[in-house]
Amino acid sequence: MWSCQTDSCPSAFCAAHPQRQGENIPPPAKYGGRHTVTLIPGDGIGPELLNHVREVFRFSCVPVDFEVVHVNSALETEVDINNAITAIRRNGVALKGNIETKHTMAPSVKSRNNLLRTSLDLFANVMHCQSLPGVQTRHKNIDIMIIRENTEGEYSSLEHESVSGVVESLKIITRNNSLRIAEYAFRLAREKGRRKVTAVHKANIMKLGDGLFLECCREVASGYPDITFESMIVDNTTMQLVSKPQQFDVMVMPNLYGNIVSNVCAGLVGGPGLVPGANYGRDYAVFETATRNTGKSIANRNIANPTAMLLASCMMLDHLELYDHASSIRNAVLTTMNETRLHTADIGGQGTTLEVVQSIMRFIQSKGQLTSDL
Amino acid sequence: MTTRSLRSLSGALKPLFNGHLSRPPPARYGGRHTVTLIPGDGIGPELANHVRELFRFCCVPVDFEVVNVDSSMASEDDINNAIMAIRRNGVALKGNIETNHNLPPSYKSRNNLLRTTLDLYANVMHCQSLPGVRTRHRNIDIMIIRENTEGEYSSLEHENVPGVVECLKIITKTKSLRIADYAFRTARAKGRRRVTAVHKANIMKLGDGLFLECCKEVACGYPEISFDSMIVDNTSMQLVSRPQQFDVMVMPNLYGNIVSNVCAGLVGGPGLVPGANYGEDYAVFETGTRNTGKSIANRNSANPTAMLLASCLLLDHLRLHAYASMIRRAILSTVTETRLHTADLGGQGSTSDVVQSIMNAIQSTGPQTLSI
Repeated sequence: MWSCQTDSCPSAFCAAHPQRQGENIPPPAKYGGRHTVTLIPGDGIGPELLNHVREVFRFSCVPVDFEVVHVNSALETEVDINNAITAIRRNGVALKGNIETKHTMAPSVKSRNNLLRTSLDLFANVMHCQSLPGVQTRHKNIDIMIIRENTEGEYSSLEHESVSGVVESLKIITRNNSLRIAEYAFRLAREKGRRKVTAVHKANIMKLGDGLFLECCREVASGYPDITFESMIVDNTTMQLVSKPQQFDVMVMPNLYGNIVSNVCAGLVGGPGLVPGANYGRDYAVFETATRNTGKSIANRNIANPTAMLLASCMMLDHLELYDHASSIRNAVLTTMNETRLHTADIGGQGTTLEVVQSIMRFIQSKGQLTSDL
Repeated sequence: MTTRSLRSLSGALKPLFNGHLSRPPPARYGGRHTVTLIPGDGIGPELANHVRELFRFCCVPVDFEVVNVDSSMASEDDINNAIMAIRRNGVALKGNIETNHNLPPSYKSRNNLLRTTLDLYANVMHCQSLPGVRTRHRNIDIMIIRENTEGEYSSLEHENVPGVVECLKIITKTKSLRIADYAFRTARAKGRRRVTAVHKANIMKLGDGLFLECCKEVACGYPEISFDSMIVDNTSMQLVSRPQQFDVMVMPNLYGNIVSNVCAGLVGGPGLVPGANYGEDYAVFETGTRNTGKSIANRNSANPTAMLLASCLLLDHLRLHAYASMIRRAILSTVTETRLHTADLGGQGSTSDVVQSIMNAIQSTGPQTLSI
């Protein structure tokens, strides 16, 4: 049973954004006591899962209104995604499903998700992987926090073909962004009482690029003597992750390694349906599932696992400082996870999405808070 | 483990022969081959010594030409000597040469230099669950073919503006076609059913898009082999949950590095899997995950299995199949003995114990050996 008081919350899924405390950032705006949050349904399982989130929020009387912005991934123009970005600038917070990037379209059509992250400068992607008690996995007692640089690195989308048949993709590493993400990682580690930060890199091959990243991490580490800092090459890291993942605490890394390592960790704790992810910038925050799957093959079949999206919405509620609602929904989700007969297909059960959501709502109602009718 | 016998397991570990490309048989002088041996750093020298000991014991007709490469020197003379020796002999067995982070960026990775200069374009690693080793996943049988010379390992970086570094990842059509062709040919030769290309073409549309396109092109010429592609993040997630779904995987350099390390971790660790680097004219054999193992050097606790299996791949390449199978059988029977497991497999055996046991196993099967 997960009990969650605001100060001793299982740091698993609470997203106490460290920047809030230090700088003079005003509290999230409320109009008539209600927040407005941008909702981007995306493709695949996104729309149905976000509908469930809205259902649960309405049921629990959460003071959040969603401004839905659709982004059509089949269009080549960037009007849709620009509207979405403007809406997020307006509201400050968003909850999104993954927007599909079709390989068949021209290379000039950039990934919409990537555009969103870079335009809003959501520089830190935070994913907390924890073994859940109700889910059977090969490894136990995993508790890893992955902080991934979200805007540069291999995802700069800068490629060119100067000579026909020879493509150069540029991976950009800058000192500023590396210092920023390292600073974020150490601040978060300190706040959550974590003991160790591991920087993941490939500086033996990419000496200037990853070398710079590593140097920035070391520089920042010297300002946090209470936290141990170590570094590990990415190939060794992935091998250690599949044999002894319990050795890792907080990990910080550039974009591509973050992508791969976070997927490996998600696989270790039970799959893409369980882990929520958050993208933080200085001024904006966008919440989504951690492994950003579109899930086209299971869309609209009532078999997707709503856990990741619901936990992401709880992280969003924490960000909006609606801690009570966040804890109650989170407790309900985690208690439901313990019921093996409600497990969806991705964790080896036969439950449907609807059953899981209904069980969550029943649990919330049983706790005695104000809810609408089931 | 399936009902395969040890013999068919050792047979499955044989590498491919480009028989149809009329490569001349490996040169022998007085019936003996000469192979370049680069001990490297860390556990490399001791494992290379064990290999030599074992070969001498089994009377294998191979002479080693040892070339030492000093990783702390800034000049490239050492590695150039090694490269020349490999050009001369055609085949090499190497330990990993350390790349010291504290040296300036102009100092390139020696291993990388070796691979690119000799154009060893295909790195082949066959990960198979071994019967004697307990792992969380069973029945893994994945062949990973990784492009070995370009991609993220081009060592081309520059800092035009202070504080902003650009690393170039190069993907070319020629090399992508070449590695895809190698992958499909290998799959066909081994009777494999499926090839999966691993990429990140949703983000690196031109680069990995080109790689994917080349793989699709080559796939058309092999209709009996099914081809699919998977994004690298999904691949790594699938590998840790259901690795049995993969058969042959082909990918560019960096993803190959990561995926091969994940697979090595799944089958039992870096001490078990051998790796081979093939080029048009040369072949270099080493451990699959290229670890220097500095922390366990000279303590008699390293696992010699990977290096010894790599030497068996070497013997197969030299067409000394009988010796290769004999040594491989002995190694695999030793690995099933839990009391001989080294520290990386959770046991307390020492390297020399393992090697002795292998030599005992070989002697008991009867062929001519020296005395132990």
